[in-house]
Amino acid sequence: MNLAAIVNNQTQTPEAVLFFVLAPIMVLAALGMLLVKKAVHSALLLAVVMIGLAIFYIANEAPFLGIVQIIVYTGAVMMLFLFILMLVGVDSSDSLEETIRGQRIGAILGGLGVGFLLISLISRADLGHEYLGMSLLNEEGNVKVIASILFTRYVWAFEVISALLITAALGAMVLAHRERLLPRKSQRELAAQRVRQSALPVAGLPGPGTYAQHNAVDIPALLPDGTPAASSVSSVIAARGELANPDTFRMNQSIDENEDQQRTEIGE
Amino acid sequence: MPIENYLYLSALLFTIGAAGVLIRRNAIVVFMCIELMLNAANLAFVTFSRMNGTIDGQLFAFFTMVVAACEVVVGLAIIVTIYRSRRSASVDDARLLKL
Repeated sequence: MNLAAIVNNQTQTPEAVLFFVLAPIMVLAALGMLLVKKAVHSALLLAVVMIGLAIFYIANEAPFLGIVQIIVYTGAVMMLFLFILMLVGVDSSDSLEETIRGQRIGAILGGLGVGFLLISLISRADLGHEYLGMSLLNEEGNVKVIASILFTRYVWAFEVISALLITAALGAMVLAHRERLLPRKSQRELAAQRVRQSALPVAGLPGPGTYAQHNAVDIPALLPDGTPAASSVSSVIAARGELANPDTFRMNQSIDENEDQQRTEIGE
Repeated sequence: MPIENYLYLSALLFTIGAAGVLIRRNAIVVFMCIELMLNAANLAFVTFSRMNGTIDGQLFAFFTMVVAACEVVVGLAIIVTIYRSRRSASVDDARLLKL
């Protein structure tokens, strides 16, 4: 029995189960994409929707498209989105103020209207004759059928698409290219500049825990005069209030105390 | 299950994508909503192709995917360029195309 066959314009039960499990997940993920504040979360929810669509393509007897959907969309396009999100800054969340008054309410109402219109159109449309299904066409393989039409009837579109791909790649290169306005600084010039700038220490910033007995990231380095250097610890740790006190790990103090104790013991 | 359910799902996803383009301010999220609309249209193509027992719908969906990939590449390059000059990915800050 062919599970994907259509009988009396109805799909088989397994496909119905698949649809009613997967479709609510996809709609919820798509809605979450709108409501979630962080752009990274939207990207992950969109990936959920796209994987669901790939499964539906395979269920709709288009296995080649399903695989291409996973490779091209969830593989390439979503990774591109995530790369750009990391470049632009992950925490660049949306501003919630409205620049046009009433735009959000208008958009929600307009969206509801469009959705209602589309769904009522589909429900009233006379989609015609008995549905055929792809079982006859897919007999010798879905990929073979697609190839035989792609390279005959649609060969011109195929060639034009290749030109479009090359143009897009060139366009991205041109847009991402930055012209160098000044000549590149040599290492010698960089060193001279660093010595001249008094704001930065010439020897570089001290790492956390330098000159202290302990070198965990939450312990500030000690300057030569014994004060903790604020610049040696990540500002994130300082903001969380998780800085450790370097005095607890200082070597000579504990030795002094020990010596004092020894002295008192000897004295006694 | 009537096969039209796929069309309803496609219409629903398209609507959500369209509302997202209007509501969200972050340029990258707006872009992702456009991708959602393209994908929803693809689902309708594949479903109609199955209804009619022809392969042309699947080919159209295939071409849509390629064009969408090109569009994403150029669009994201534009977003990165705008971000470089304005330090912001919000569509409100890019009111003028010039600097």
